Amino acid sequence: MNYLPNILFAIILIAGIGYFSKNVKKLIRNIKLGKDVDVSDNKSERWKNMAMIALGQSKMVRRPISGLLHVVVYVGFIIINIEVLEIIIDGIFGTHRIGLKVLSKSVYGFLIGTFEVLAVLVFISVIIFWARRNILKLARFWKSEMTSWPKNDGNFILYFEMVLMTLFLVMNAIDLDFQSINSGNVISQYIAPWFSGLQESTLHVIERGAWWLHIVGILIFLNYLYFSKHLHILLAFPNTYFGNLKPKGQLNNLEAVTNEVKMMMDPNVDPFAAPAEGVEEEVPAKFGASDVQDLNWVQLLNAYTCTECGRCTSECPANQTGKKLSPRKIMMDTRDRLEEVGKNIDENKGEFKDDGKQLLDDYITKEELWACTSCNACVEACPVSIDPLSIILEMRRYLVMEQSAAPTELNNMMTNIENNGAPWPYNQMDRLNWKDE
Amino acid sequence: MAEYMAEGKHPEVLFWVGCAGSFDDRAKKITKAFAKLLNKANVEFAVLGAEESCTGDPAKRAGNEFLFQMQAVTNIEVLNAYEVKKIVTACPHCFNTIKNEYPELGGNYEVMHHTQFLKTLLDEGRLSIEGGKFKGKRITFHDPCYLGRANDIYEAPRDLIRKLDAELVEMKNCKRNGLCCGAGGAQMFKDAEKGDKEVNIERTEQALDVKPEIIAAGCPFCNTMMTDGIKAKEKESDVDVMDIAELIANAQDL
Repeated sequence: MNYLPNILFAIILIAGIGYFSKNVKKLIRNIKLGKDVDVSDNKSERWKNMAMIALGQSKMVRRPISGLLHVVVYVGFIIINIEVLEIIIDGIFGTHRIGLKVLSKSVYGFLIGTFEVLAVLVFISVIIFWARRNILKLARFWKSEMTSWPKNDGNFILYFEMVLMTLFLVMNAIDLDFQSINSGNVISQYIAPWFSGLQESTLHVIERGAWWLHIVGILIFLNYLYFSKHLHILLAFPNTYFGNLKPKGQLNNLEAVTNEVKMMMDPNVDPFAAPAEGVEEEVPAKFGASDVQDLNWVQLLNAYTCTECGRCTSECPANQTGKKLSPRKIMMDTRDRLEEVGKNIDENKGEFKDDGKQLLDDYITKEELWACTSCNACVEACPVSIDPLSIILEMRRYLVMEQSAAPTELNNMMTNIENNGAPWPYNQMDRLNWKDE
Repeated sequence: MAEYMAEGKHPEVLFWVGCAGSFDDRAKKITKAFAKLLNKANVEFAVLGAEESCTGDPAKRAGNEFLFQMQAVTNIEVLNAYEVKKIVTACPHCFNTIKNEYPELGGNYEVMHHTQFLKTLLDEGRLSIEGGKFKGKRITFHDPCYLGRANDIYEAPRDLIRKLDAELVEMKNCKRNGLCCGAGGAQMFKDAEKGDKEVNIERTEQALDVKPEIIAAGCPFCNTMMTDGIKAKEKESDVDVMDIAELIANAQDL
């Protein structure tokens, strides 16, 4: 017996999964750089959201064409991956199509037949996706943030899927044993004749080649995820679970500010009181966000989950009217900066060294932030419960409360509210004038 | 409100007029129309008058949480002192803020948008609509972001329009896909960033595409933005921008 292939297979498998686990740990560490936020409430509603939105794709299908194509690829991807189980067992134990030995011929045939049909459907869907990006040139895939890597990334994933589906079908088509049982080869029987001129030994080499490339391809794809927008296939689940449950119009309350406001309103507080003994003097909280560490971890999870589909940006009123703001870019910038911070930590033995950069200005400009109308169209559009508006608000808070850097007109508006309780310079005593006009 | 309190009485509802409803000449007409409807339906209502102050919505959306909370806490003290239980307002921004953002600061009230309140009055038979004046007119409803997406209220205003026997036509973007008028998030108080179009023009074009005789609004800021859009398109002689409360009050010649 020759155990070399089994050992080689085990090594590739362990290496592939090992490297992926290492990156997943990094991912979790980066997400945890965010501030804590309590999302332990309403568990049943959260599970329901995950089931409906991520598992059930309920928000994907609001755009029927891309939605249905996505459902095909998603269902195909999950179901065809059952086949990977067989590949892994075969690989480790040196068996061939272990499924045939465990299951009856008709059941096995039904399974493989289903996979084959799905593989073709996935292949077709992926071709259409590719055409939508590259031939039809849908506007949302050609915005300014979709150049270089993000653009290539989108196409690479599609090529990957085309290759994997092809390998799966070829692997079945030229497996003479599998073809001979004539059960489940619904598609591959039509591919088999293409190879009929070849010798049996050549066929066997090609079959083994396709088999190896298929499993190695899957492992490469798995490891590609971390470096790609494609992480959504995993993160969509936690992200929809932790998604916002409150009415979209409700922006979060800043506790730190509430404490200060209460102190201001309470006549009994002595502002000069020394802190009680034993209590360490608190470092004043920073208001808002200028960098990724100021955001909460759900917002950072949002950033990694974004798959750059651009539905948010295509619904954004500011973007539609030519302003620089793109909610998708807000998410991509947050992720890219978080990755940069993560690399900085890796290079500096687990400690972040100031690199003179931050999310504000180096990635997201004030012009983008001030163009938002807080209309929630981006939040509504996102198929995986990402909330770009919450990040925009946090950054506005930093600009206004830490830097007093609001546009002049907004400063006027706020001065008016402070002085006369309305955003315009009218006297509060005149509020009832409408009654007698 | 102070007068009710002095008499030891509690009104059925507090009408939160809002800054636009108090000071903006166009929005004051909405305030009056709604007040007339409340009187018509014999609703005992009160207003805070000079004791009302900005809810803090534009400050919060601009990022000034301090100013927002100062406003909120002050308003909550007044509302709680008068033992207010139920609030109705014609402004979705005030509606959203008081309903969603005041509870965490100690202000818990039943808050209704005026279209919801009018709907209840109709359902209870306290108010009736004579549709005559608007019968068959093409009316399109512009969803205010802070009523629609922000709080998932899409049907109350539409039900009221249907009651007018009018022909309700929907724009390309409506309900949860509604396009903003461009005023939210404190944009009302500043010029827009550089771009190739104003948001209100884009939205007005969407409205004009369905050839309405009236654009119905449910928010004083949307009203301003759409009115400006119609003026910019020089359509003011063909298309009116009206609040739902005005439509109903007009139908009754109030």
